[in-house]
Amino acid sequence: MLEIRNLHATIDDQEILRGIDLKVSAGEVHAIMGPNGSGKSTLAKVLAGHPAYEVTEGEIIYEGKNLLEMDPDERAREGVFMAFQYPVEVPGVSNAQLLRLAYNEKRKHQGLEELDPLEFKELLAERAKLVDMDLSFMSRSVNEGFSGGEKKRNEILQMAVLEPKLAILDETDSGLDIDALRIVADGVNKLRRPDNAIILVTHYQRILNYIIPDYVHVLYRGRIVRSGGKELALELEEKGYDWIKSEAGVTASA
Amino acid sequence: MMTQATEAKETGLYLEAYEQLRQRTASEVPSWLDRLRAEALEKFSELGFPAPTLEEWRYTNVAPIAKARFVPSWTVDGAEEAGRRWADRVYEEARSSVLVFVNGRFRSDLSSLAALPREAVVLGLADALRSEHQKMIGERLARGAAFDRQHFAALNTAFIADGAFVYLPRGVRVEAPIQLLFISDSGPVMSFPRVLVVAERESEATLIERYVGAADQPYFTDAVVEIYIDENAHLEHYKVQEEGVQGFHVATTWVELKRAARYHSTTVTLGAQLARHNIAAILTEEGGECRVDGLYMVDTGQHADTHSLIEHRAPRCTSFQLYKGILDGRSRGVFNGRIYVHREAQQTDAYQTNRNLMLSNEARVDTKPQLEIFADDVKCSHGATVGQLEEEELFYLRTRGLSFEKARNLLTYGFAEEVVEKIAVDSIREQLNEVILNRLHATALDVR
Ligand SMILES: Nc1ncnc2c1ncn2[C@@H]1O[C@H](COP(=O)(O)OP(=O)(O)OP(=O)(O)O)[C@@H](O)[C@H]1O
Ligand SMILES: [Mg+2]
Repeated sequence: MLEIRNLHATIDDQEILRGIDLKVSAGEVHAIMGPNGSGKSTLAKVLAGHPAYEVTEGEIIYEGKNLLEMDPDERAREGVFMAFQYPVEVPGVSNAQLLRLAYNEKRKHQGLEELDPLEFKELLAERAKLVDMDLSFMSRSVNEGFSGGEKKRNEILQMAVLEPKLAILDETDSGLDIDALRIVADGVNKLRRPDNAIILVTHYQRILNYIIPDYVHVLYRGRIVRSGGKELALELEEKGYDWIKSEAGVTASA
Repeated sequence: MMTQATEAKETGLYLEAYEQLRQRTASEVPSWLDRLRAEALEKFSELGFPAPTLEEWRYTNVAPIAKARFVPSWTVDGAEEAGRRWADRVYEEARSSVLVFVNGRFRSDLSSLAALPREAVVLGLADALRSEHQKMIGERLARGAAFDRQHFAALNTAFIADGAFVYLPRGVRVEAPIQLLFISDSGPVMSFPRVLVVAERESEATLIERYVGAADQPYFTDAVVEIYIDENAHLEHYKVQEEGVQGFHVATTWVELKRAARYHSTTVTLGAQLARHNIAAILTEEGGECRVDGLYMVDTGQHADTHSLIEHRAPRCTSFQLYKGILDGRSRGVFNGRIYVHREAQQTDAYQTNRNLMLSNEARVDTKPQLEIFADDVKCSHGATVGQLEEEELFYLRTRGLSFEKARNLLTYGFAEEVVEKIAVDSIREQLNEVILNRLHATALDVR
């Protein structure tokens, strides 16, 4: 589904991603962990097409197509979805309006009929149940005045409505309380299908108890310095990043 | 010498038209009106058109109006066809409560007042001047919109011939919004609509002014609206200015609020190449409340200027003001908002905000909020902002599948929503949403 080869990316002439290789197949869950500032969100935003980042080297192939040639909205309509680490507030635009517009853009792209407000309301009510979100959130402005956890939940609601092929969840678990974490994780699991894939950026082992990853990668200074199975996350939880940092340091200087 | 000669030439056109108007109507109008017009004309010939050296006119140059050769409405034909052409500009809610004007003249054949209660008086001004209400009109007309200093109010007053008279006797509540549709069509015409609204104690109504006009040539609208709101009466007021792209629109709105009166207005500015709106709300007795909102949305070749004055003369009054501007292309916006709190006006609550969204680097806005407070126990705040669309918001919407244009339109819609959502007439709200969402030529966004 996704193949990232030797990806280098800069922002304001600062190189943040320094040669990333990652292959994600349909049906898989990949967890990406790593210390603060190592480039996890940068990778997520480059995948989503953020205009502030410049890809200086490497390529990203998504479903056989060159992802880097596609605009952010084209990527979205083709099934790429990023749940933001810091979801953006959009004053004056209601949650329901944005969700329906986004949903219908995708329908149109697929050559399907758009849903009118009534039809969509039904669909929305059903999807909102998946993340246990009260319908009162639908008439409020997108993320405006939402608590940190509510914003994260709202991102997963968008995912539930848009049903992406490739979902990149950037620290969706941060800021969720214990119950919310379980609800959101359950929601994500219900959205899993053999033909979609998830890249899960997280700092905590806990969410991986619910959404069980096939692979765990450690990103450090813009490179994936270690990959393993789900037990790698447990090891990190126990030992922290120091051993990885020193190993990476050794390889870097070697 | 030179300037005086040009000025004389510029006002000459109007002196001539005034003489014609007098000859045509002298026998029909009450003598007090004849005198009022003469006085106003004298004032106008003395003042002339405002020069850009005047502080009030610093950013708005009306030379194009002064130089143009507009013609009086009685010299153009085709009012009937014009009226039919624009008939769809009557809002759904006002189908049976609308007065239609073509080139400033009331057209009873195009109007309908079936939905109004018998007690409410809604008339063309020329008709009202021939009715038993003539005395009341004489007592109120030109008391508020002073023409001694205001060039365009003086000009309008000199040409008072028609317009609307709305009188709500004590306790009368009108459900249907009363729409005044002003159409300019069929020539480079000048028109001088005059509106007088008298809302007695405990009365309630909604008034909509809508201005439309042909896009194929310049024309000139100079309107004056005076509104008296008595104790505990409540007026909702909308003004939708959609003049043709070559049109000139100058308007004066003057509102007086008595004890515990309420006045809510939203002024929407979409049309005209040059628009200037002077709006003044005067809170003269305790407990009055006004909300004076606006939205101006202009593109290349348009200039929209709002000068507002909120005057607190009595204690415990409240005023809210939110004006938002959306400026695209090579357009220009001006907002000058003055709040004046007299020494007697203790416990005043006054808020004013002007926010501008610049969609282009070539657009320009000058905004100047002014607070003048002479009372010591007040809550007042004001502020102005000028900004662009947020890159992160644009990106966020695009990652949800919206094209750049649609994301831009949706954010613009979101920006305007704070003003639009307060509009209680569905058709106006829907019209605005459509205008905003289709503005950038993207395929229509449907945000129901
Ligand atoms: N405009 C910029 N100019 C220079 N450096 C930047 C800029 N934006 C981000 N960075 C840097 O890029 C690095 C990677 O940031 P990124 O947000 O990808 O980290 P992260 O791995 O997601 O961290 P966290 O776990 O804290 O979310 C950080 O060191 C950050 O300071
Ligand atoms: Mg991050």
